[in-house]
Amino acid sequence: MTEMVHGAIPVRASDPVLPRWWRTIDKWSMTSILVLFGIGLLLGLAASVPLATRNGLDPFYYVQRQAFFGVMAMLAMVGCSMLTPNGVRRLGVLGFLAAFAALAVLPFAGTDFGKGAVRWFSLGFASFQPSEFLKPGFIILTGWLMAASQELNGPPGKRISFAVTMVIVAFLSMQPDFGQAALILFGWSVIYFVAGAPMVLIGGFMGCVVFAGTLFYESSEHFARRIDGFLNPDLDPRTQLGYATNAIMEGGFFGVGVGEGQVKWSLPDAHTDFIIAVAAEEYGLILVLCIIALYGVVVVRSLFRLMRERDPFIRLAGTGLACIFGVQAMINMGVAVRLLPAKGMTLPFVSYGGSSVIAAGITVGMLLALTRTRPQGQIGDILFKRGR
Amino acid sequence: MIRTPLRPLARILEARRRGENPDSIERENLRLRHEAMRDKSRARAETRLLCLGLAFFTAFTVIGARMGTLASGQPMEPRSALAGSEISANRADIVDRNGRILATNLRTYALYAHPKDMIDPERVAVELEKLFPELDAETLERRFTDGRSFMWIRRKLSPEQMQAVHDIGDPGLLFGPREMRLYPNGNLAAHILGGSTFGAEGVHSAEVIGMAGIEKALDDRLRDPGHPEPLALSIDMTLQSTVTEVLGTGMQMMNAKGAAAVLMDIKTGEVLSMASLPDFDPNDRPQPLLKGDPGDSPLFNRAVQGVYELGSTFKIFTVAAAMDLGLVTPDTIIDGKTPLVWGRFRIKEFQNKNYGMQTVAEVIEHSSNVGTARIALQIGALRQQAFLRSLGLFDPTPVELVEAPGARPLVPTKWPEIVTITTSYGHGMSASPMHLAAAYATIANGGVKVEPTLLRRDVPVNGPRVMSEETARHSVDMLRSVVTKGTASLAEVPGYEVAGKTGTADKPNPQGGYYPDKVVNTFASVFPASDPQYVLIVTLDEPVETTLPTPRRTAGWTAVPVSAEIIRRTAPLLGLRPIAPEPEPDHLLAVRN
Repeated sequence: MTEMVHGAIPVRASDPVLPRWWRTIDKWSMTSILVLFGIGLLLGLAASVPLATRNGLDPFYYVQRQAFFGVMAMLAMVGCSMLTPNGVRRLGVLGFLAAFAALAVLPFAGTDFGKGAVRWFSLGFASFQPSEFLKPGFIILTGWLMAASQELNGPPGKRISFAVTMVIVAFLSMQPDFGQAALILFGWSVIYFVAGAPMVLIGGFMGCVVFAGTLFYESSEHFARRIDGFLNPDLDPRTQLGYATNAIMEGGFFGVGVGEGQVKWSLPDAHTDFIIAVAAEEYGLILVLCIIALYGVVVVRSLFRLMRERDPFIRLAGTGLACIFGVQAMINMGVAVRLLPAKGMTLPFVSYGGSSVIAAGITVGMLLALTRTRPQGQIGDILFKRGR
Repeated sequence: MIRTPLRPLARILEARRRGENPDSIERENLRLRHEAMRDKSRARAETRLLCLGLAFFTAFTVIGARMGTLASGQPMEPRSALAGSEISANRADIVDRNGRILATNLRTYALYAHPKDMIDPERVAVELEKLFPELDAETLERRFTDGRSFMWIRRKLSPEQMQAVHDIGDPGLLFGPREMRLYPNGNLAAHILGGSTFGAEGVHSAEVIGMAGIEKALDDRLRDPGHPEPLALSIDMTLQSTVTEVLGTGMQMMNAKGAAAVLMDIKTGEVLSMASLPDFDPNDRPQPLLKGDPGDSPLFNRAVQGVYELGSTFKIFTVAAAMDLGLVTPDTIIDGKTPLVWGRFRIKEFQNKNYGMQTVAEVIEHSSNVGTARIALQIGALRQQAFLRSLGLFDPTPVELVEAPGARPLVPTKWPEIVTITTSYGHGMSASPMHLAAAYATIANGGVKVEPTLLRRDVPVNGPRVMSEETARHSVDMLRSVVTKGTASLAEVPGYEVAGKTGTADKPNPQGGYYPDKVVNTFASVFPASDPQYVLIVTLDEPVETTLPTPRRTAGWTAVPVSAEIIRRTAPLLGLRPIAPEPEPDHLLAVRN
């Protein structure tokens, strides 16, 4: 009685954080991600050796770096997945502002590492690519704005988020980094689609994409060469794509054996854009199908869980995160099998790259936070036949 | 102010009448509307999310299936080929204008294995490694024993290597005849020939298909069994070799990173020699650059693919257009006072000179930007564009290379007067050395349009007339005075009356603006001036002449001496007769007579 009156013992609002986290998290998705990261390290043992040799470093130098960044990414993922949806929103929007500021000063303080596009900050021991970190923040911001616009008397979130998108796309095209720009556009349009885009607009948007693509094709030689390489039916076996296709053929169903692959020695991007070719050559179709299935599990499960979600912000932001994660993997693998034109895009968690793996960790952590099981007011449905 | 209607109006009016606060009613209404809306949007989102999920699932499945089909493909032994069928030398040779061979076929053999017929795979693997150091015995042995029934080992064998493989004496090693493309002159004319590769490959034969250059552009003609006779090019091998050699030396002396030259017969449009440095060996084409600027690859044909701002070489087009329109004669006085202020642009001369009043001929001699700009303003944008187009400077060149149609000149999309001004002295619009050669050939050919070709033509082609004969004559005279009095004095080759125009263009920086210390130097020349027969274009990429403490980057010091040396060496090969100077009155003879 005394305690009740004076409140000497603090009242537990709910059960402890960790058990609740473990009970509500989507364990299938999380396991898939951990396995993917493990596969990434395994492939790094094969694929990054030539690069290390070329740069005169210890053969497994890049594997160690990747393991270090990977552990940071896993920590970021677990940390993010413990956030509440409000926490995700705050972190996402603040992160977006920081990343956007970094992107905006890139033309003055960035470096291109001799690759012709200013995308990185050099930090000495590592480099930092703000556009990777921009993506999750951007998705959260867009989800928030779109959800707010669905309120009666809410702000014009769709228009604001579209303006933000255009600004970012303009910045990214300036670098030039059409791949990331396309991803940002894709993320925005997926959220808009789920938020209820009118069908007429969807058709019109597709038309615009085609038009913009044609425009880029006419104006940018870099872009045109890649598209031409894709449309050309006979493949020059000495291009990156030719090597990748050969590697997949060479690997067959069970691969040529661990460490026996040849393609990694000929491809400059074997450890990033074409890591799937290395996987196919050394471990065969089996591992490739595993990788595809793991990505499929994460994306499709998350989307199905979000179908039941009632909070518009969680639904929209979660959809955006799952889709850019999935589409990045899809584009990377689609390029390697020549279903899509050549476009440098990393395979999340599997490709080498510090910024990329940490940003992917944050993305997926936020996705896991948003897809956690939480009460959806089903009882209200049953009792009052109406939601919320 | 726009008033939002009170909803539901009837209940609110009722409540007001009873003196209650209508706000709670309005809020409840808002909540109900909200819920209805959310339910609707949730239902819609559910279907759309399902669509998205299915789309992703399908896409991943398609990628997996495609991986599966790729992975199940293996180098299979073709069944369709007829046993022991003879392959004929069906790709025509390529020869130069005098019938000397530039590309031909050679019979060789490819080596493949039937591991299941092999008696001692271990020994075969070791013996093969001895013969071909690039093979690895362990890998070979493992592949021989992993159950496959067919495997390629080597694409091409020399006769000695073939005999050595015979001597291994294993029935599992077999030979397939191969027709192989050979370029006996190595790097010579590499960019014209391009190169070839094997197409569809079988045990008994393999298709040879062109990969680049004329081999690819005329692939159908070369493979046509109805035309077994060799394809004769307009190239003269001796000239090509000379031009390449002198150009290479010049490029080295001028510290340039690349160079190109085009030598053309103006009567027929035949390209007698076309060189681009650095070059490559078409027998062993280097890999295309996967990263960076494709223009830095040795595969890049600077003469045709390299569209550069060609600078002051364009001035003669401006002057010719003005003369042809009757706006000026060579003696018309042009105001050349600097700077010419046009809007926010200030047009100046090289090294801030000021030529003041000058005749049209002097404008060309001095290479005066301001003078040319004033003439261009008289011509106007439309007539200027029409004239440049009639010279072929707006379209890809018609030469028979697969790279040519892609090398479209970079022409400004809008044409305000400032573009008229900059184009008049060759900035703001880019064209390839081949374009320039064709345009100068048209002027030298008395104003009748010349279409460049790489095939032997022999007879002059009568193109449309682009300018009057008189304009063309005056233009060549002006070009000649550039050499005798103007910026190209080093081009004087005694006896061959070289006429020409220098061009020094700043290199555009892909990030915007121009590089301060990178230039493209061009010298476009016509010789002999009294009866023009040949056009020579020499372009040097980023040259710098360093014999003096201050580096010199103008064409007069780099491209011009290289051109002069090329003309000195090639003119005798072309069969040109040196024009002797008028003999001095010989007093001794006079006395005798």
